[in-house]
Amino acid sequence: MPVSLKLENLLRMEHLPHMWCPGCGIGIIVKAMLRAIDAMGWDPRDVAVISGIGCTSRAPGYLNMNTLHTTHGRALTFATGFKLARPDKQVIVISGDGDATAIGGNHLIHSCRRNIDITEIIVNNNIYGMTGGQYSPTTPLGAKAATAPWGMVEPSFDIAKLCIGAGATYVARGHVGSGVQLERLIRGGLKHKGFAIIEALSNCHTQFGRRNKLSDPIELINHIAAKTINVKEAAKISPEEMRGKFAVGILFQEEGREEYCEAYNRLIQRAQATLH
Amino acid sequence: MSNSQHLGRQIEFMPGNEVVAEAALAAGCRFFAGYPITPSSEIAHHISKRLPEVGGKFIQMEDEIAAMGAIIGASLCGLKVMTATSGPGFSLKQENIGFACMVEAPCVIVNVMRGGPSTGLPTQLGQSDIQQTRWGTHGDRPVIALAPAYLDEVYTETVRAFNLAERFRMPVFVLIDEVIGHLSERLEIPDPSELEIIDRVGPNVPPEEYIPYDSSQSDVPPMAAYFSGYRFHMTGLNHDRTGFPTTTQSICHSENVRSMRKVEDHIAEIEKFENYLTDDAEIGIITFGSSARAAIVAIDDARQRGVKVGMLRPLTLWPFPEQAAFELSKHCKTIIVPEANLGQLIYEVQRVTKGNSEVVGVNKVGGVPIYPGEVFDKIVECSGKK
Repeated sequence: MPVSLKLENLLRMEHLPHMWCPGCGIGIIVKAMLRAIDAMGWDPRDVAVISGIGCTSRAPGYLNMNTLHTTHGRALTFATGFKLARPDKQVIVISGDGDATAIGGNHLIHSCRRNIDITEIIVNNNIYGMTGGQYSPTTPLGAKAATAPWGMVEPSFDIAKLCIGAGATYVARGHVGSGVQLERLIRGGLKHKGFAIIEALSNCHTQFGRRNKLSDPIELINHIAAKTINVKEAAKISPEEMRGKFAVGILFQEEGREEYCEAYNRLIQRAQATLH
Repeated sequence: MSNSQHLGRQIEFMPGNEVVAEAALAAGCRFFAGYPITPSSEIAHHISKRLPEVGGKFIQMEDEIAAMGAIIGASLCGLKVMTATSGPGFSLKQENIGFACMVEAPCVIVNVMRGGPSTGLPTQLGQSDIQQTRWGTHGDRPVIALAPAYLDEVYTETVRAFNLAERFRMPVFVLIDEVIGHLSERLEIPDPSELEIIDRVGPNVPPEEYIPYDSSQSDVPPMAAYFSGYRFHMTGLNHDRTGFPTTTQSICHSENVRSMRKVEDHIAEIEKFENYLTDDAEIGIITFGSSARAAIVAIDDARQRGVKVGMLRPLTLWPFPEQAAFELSKHCKTIIVPEANLGQLIYEVQRVTKGNSEVVGVNKVGGVPIYPGEVFDKIVECSGKK
């Protein structure tokens, strides 16, 4: 995979260095996203990147595109307004696990259901990083967090399964141990006409790792990578063997289901036909 | 109304909520996002049919918060946008209303008020959100809230709400109550050519020179749309003129003060009120919406009994017509403030009349409007002519 030398055109260099902790996985994921955008050959003036609140949500500020940093959990609602206003343009949302699946969970499932042509990248690092390490809907059972000093007692969401169940037509999962694979999965989402989710398993060694004996970023990235299994391999093993593992790759893809803006445009044509 | 083309002035007979929808379309609204809630739902019913006819889009979002987010998103892409809601929905929208203030996104929010608190009286009248409209979202921000009382005003004030939103780059509220939203009456709809329509001012510099919050020429910075070739950043964080976050105290302070000036320095352009028989009034009434419709009947009856009573009726509740209320208080020993709540606008009346008059309320909650007789009784009581 050739590394593009043009990524600087997609960055607001004057706003770097970024505010993330050294070793944070968000940088790997944003780079994979930029390479995917570059590979699509899109004019950055035609691309919007919208976020909510959290560490991940600071990404748009560094990107030389149409960027909007909104309220906690609500990025998809603003993105829906963007896409309906300009169906001819590209709309990407980037969120953390708390932003996307806790406070923003309602918007996530309904965006899946509508099949609106937005690509959302969910950086899943199993914790609320920016606010100080509180547990999120994806913090593993037993793991410690600022608000789970005795260990997490709530079961986790499987984000990919949640989105498939809610009707997303492209669902993929990658991890920070493989930026190349992430780029390929994101590119698949960008190409896909309809609502696309790419869950990127990521490391927060500062807030998650520090409390769970994984405070070294490389160690935590390796720990995450060791829990992943290629989706084709995953299909060959039993549910018992899959326990604690995460299938990575394209987990679900359905082409041909009508995209929301296209359906709405047909509705407009029908409404206007009745006037003439 | 089935025809989108008006030829000259048209006489219509239709409910207030549909008037809101038609006026929005005439003002150029091409995007509406909403969530079902009584007593505002008929606005969504009507506009969901009408918007596609004019090439616009309607979406019923998954909740009130989402509806507010969607209209801001579409506004930032250059469309004129609206949402409509009632009491609890208005509470839910407050955070994103603050966001619209922060990024300076034009949008119109209609609140067809009902009884509260909480679920309250979903199908019945209240005027319960007067102070929520002023203070509902956290932080300091300018507020424009219009409160028409008659359906021809509902039409013209809804159009004006869009104009003010575009002119000042901010959310503008249309506050009607359940009675105004649901009553039908004769109204005259102006020919489109008679309507003043204001569009937001775009940048007059090329993209590489564009500064999103450049207030060097005006406190209302020129606004580029997303995807127009201008690449910029917007955030709900405190930001400087470039749109990027800052925690520099002096910038946070001055930008917040600038946003307040958008209303404070343009009161004459925004403020609107009507005086009814106030010139010789010794008793003043200050009220709005359905309560004003009751008050005007009471005033006519009291005048026949020889009581010198008149009414100041604000069409802008925010900014409140301070000077007009102060002038009224100079010659009124008593000012009566009828409102279908337990006392909200009365705080503002007390504040701006500076003790000139005794200020008393006529307050009723529980889902029915203030009746003319109730205002009349208070007028008589205050006049001493029992």
